[in-house]
Amino acid sequence: MFGKLTWSAIPFDQPIPLAASAFVVVAILGLIALISVKGWWPYLWSEWITSVDHKRIGVMYFVLGMVMLLRGFIDALMMRSQQALAAGGAMGYLPPGHYDQIFSAHGTIMIFFVAMPFVIGLMNFVVPLQLGVRDVAFPVLNSVSFWLTATGVLLANLSLVIGEFAKTGWLAYPPLSELAYSPGVGVDYYLWSLQIAGLGTLMFGVNLVTTILKMRAPGMNYTRMPIFCWTALASTLLMVAAFPILTATFAMLLLDRYLGMHFFTNAGGGNAMMYINLIWAWGHPEVYILILPAFGVFSEVIATFSGKPLFGYRSMVVATMAICILSFLVWLHHFFTMGAGADVNGFFGVMTMIIAVPTGVKVFNWLFTMYGGRVRFNAPILWSLGFMVTFVIGGMTGVLLAVPPADFVLHNSLFLVAHFHNVIIGGVVFGVMAGYNYWFPKAFGFTLDEGLGKAGFWCWLIGFYLAFMPLYALGLMGMTRRMQHYANPAWQPFLILAAVGAVVILAGVGFQIAQLVVSIETRDRRRDLTGDPWNGRTLEWSTPSPPPAYNFAVMPTVTGIDAWWLMKKAGQPRAHTAYEPIEAPRNSAAGFVAAFFATMIGFAMIWHIWWLAIIGLFGAFAVVLASAWRARDEEIIPAAEIAKIEGARAAPEGAA
Amino acid sequence: MTETTADLFDPGADETGGGQAGPASRAIIVSYGFWIFLLSDFVLFSGLFASYAVLSHRTAGGPGGRQIFDLSRVFLETACLLASSFCCGLMSLAVEAGRARATYAGAAVTFVLGAAFLALEISEFAGLVARGDGPSRSAFLSAFFTLVGTHGLHVTCGLVWLVVMMAQVASLGFRPKVVRRLRCFALFWHALDIVWVAIFTVVYLIGAR
Repeated sequence: MFGKLTWSAIPFDQPIPLAASAFVVVAILGLIALISVKGWWPYLWSEWITSVDHKRIGVMYFVLGMVMLLRGFIDALMMRSQQALAAGGAMGYLPPGHYDQIFSAHGTIMIFFVAMPFVIGLMNFVVPLQLGVRDVAFPVLNSVSFWLTATGVLLANLSLVIGEFAKTGWLAYPPLSELAYSPGVGVDYYLWSLQIAGLGTLMFGVNLVTTILKMRAPGMNYTRMPIFCWTALASTLLMVAAFPILTATFAMLLLDRYLGMHFFTNAGGGNAMMYINLIWAWGHPEVYILILPAFGVFSEVIATFSGKPLFGYRSMVVATMAICILSFLVWLHHFFTMGAGADVNGFFGVMTMIIAVPTGVKVFNWLFTMYGGRVRFNAPILWSLGFMVTFVIGGMTGVLLAVPPADFVLHNSLFLVAHFHNVIIGGVVFGVMAGYNYWFPKAFGFTLDEGLGKAGFWCWLIGFYLAFMPLYALGLMGMTRRMQHYANPAWQPFLILAAVGAVVILAGVGFQIAQLVVSIETRDRRRDLTGDPWNGRTLEWSTPSPPPAYNFAVMPTVTGIDAWWLMKKAGQPRAHTAYEPIEAPRNSAAGFVAAFFATMIGFAMIWHIWWLAIIGLFGAFAVVLASAWRARDEEIIPAAEIAKIEGARAAPEGAA
Repeated sequence: MTETTADLFDPGADETGGGQAGPASRAIIVSYGFWIFLLSDFVLFSGLFASYAVLSHRTAGGPGGRQIFDLSRVFLETACLLASSFCCGLMSLAVEAGRARATYAGAAVTFVLGAAFLALEISEFAGLVARGDGPSRSAFLSAFFTLVGTHGLHVTCGLVWLVVMMAQVASLGFRPKVVRRLRCFALFWHALDIVWVAIFTVVYLIGAR
């Protein structure tokens, strides 16, 4: 009846997972109780859960990323503390099986459920505003994409309470991830949560590519598109081209595990190295899916806070698209030790070094943008400066790893771990934080506290160096990654230092939470009434903060790069008196209900409850039918209402 | 912008000129987005093709392509699918002309030929499984069943989609959103032909040598 699911799936005998899951369950129940008591459900349902507004969906993606960042960060603290303790005779407090789950969950969560929701959230919120349009190409699909990502998150976290998570590392290499060596449900949780979330990501990619290529304000040709839109285009093109490879690869591993096939098994003629090739043919583009939007954020922030147009706009576009293509030609550098031979390794080593060239172009463009500018040192630019220094270091260790003979020595060591944290924290996370501080006033109508934001930045920056520079040294000393325990006592001081670094980052996270809380409490004093708090350059700053549901009352006409800056120079921004009715997409519960059935299918497949999976499949089909026969997809916002909303905003602007 | 049936049928009204004229019409956006989706579907198949290429000789003592492929059946399958695509094209013409009865007739023949293709494929699969040469026999057979089966799954989805679309035409008529969906269906159905031509060549013709 319930497949493999029994009471033994709940970890009654393991205190740490049990306490953690009890805490999570109590927290969720408490949240539900609070929302019910306050009577917030109707508001949440109509304004957020069923919303198809790209701005709301973008914010929900971002909140999802924030919550999961805390989860992934707790995993990181556990690993750092375990390794700080478990030297020589000491065994630490985490048994090996649990430790394996923690590093697997940490990597999976941080990439798929933190970094991805962050960058997708930013793109979702910002790109239509920068393009001067009213929504993405397919608003309901956008909601479906978000809720499928949420399903993936839910399933991955469910493994904490019911069953176990994968113990295979974040990419679940076979043959370890095959049924013979991982007979539990951990790998199945991993595969189904990522398949479902990956489907959401793919659909978001299709959606945004179509939006950028087919929906731009009049006059905005390709060479007038804001640079963040260019990086978003490159990133989403990579989603369209790379995520299906991930889907196919995971499907093959699922077929191995469920139907006894032999794609990657040791027996039956399977080939495990094929999995490694396929997963990195997705995996390398994936890191550029994450970093390119971050590059876009830095470009916007540096230009705005330097008070200058971006230096080398066209070279930036060329560099972005060059990285987009080259990212598909370097995947083999993740496994130089496979034994492909010197020629193949040589090719991929050289390609890897070549991809550093457009990245270098970008760094110089940012530097020259600041050169001669009157730079305002707000929180977003601090993150950008921290990025430039940190990312260059990470890039150089990357070029070092691209040399195959060096890689033979350093692969699978902590040097590698330090390198990719160097570029992902120093690049993606810093970029997301810069974007968060930069666009928060646009999303919510009030600015974030500067002092606490800067304190958070310094803790992150210093904590990052303390936590990861020792890992470079340890890698050179020969320490491999993923060790639950080690015998060499000479490593321990470095690992204690790294743990201290993690605590400093924790302080940074604390400051950021305080920043958010304080800013909300004092929001009345920090309202952004102009809609343009940073003296911005692109079209999102021409809207009020927060923008109305329709974004632009009158479609803006673009005459050059930095359209809003040009409008301000021309001297009559937002001078509109006559409005036309606007057709806006209606809210839809399709995304939420589809995700409900996707969760049902995923859970049923993980636990081999076939009848439940079939019910879920029919439920999902019913959602499709209901959407297909929906009577009205759009509603009309009358001109009078638009005039009222716009009029309410014109007053404070006139005063300012 | 409010769309009318007129601009749906007049592609000249949709010139975007590299973005000078503002957002494209709904008809353009929907077809374009579906094209992008189809490209991603091709990438999915390319992953399966790559795996098949790697594993095509890993028979683990089991049968290889020459022992199990029956080219006359595959020829029949190909004929069914290509003819189905042709009828789908006729259906598209009827849709653009707004002729309901011709649309139903085109859809019916498209469906029957597609279902015949599927039946032939299922009988091939069933025969192999009955002989003990199922997908778990060897890596070659795993890759074969997965690649060809994924295409078959797409055809199955297409057949269901076609039935849904006919119900839409019957209940909603040729309103713009129904026409847009029929265009997407046609793109999907023709795309499956392209994938099948590749399967026919890479799997059956080369494999049966």
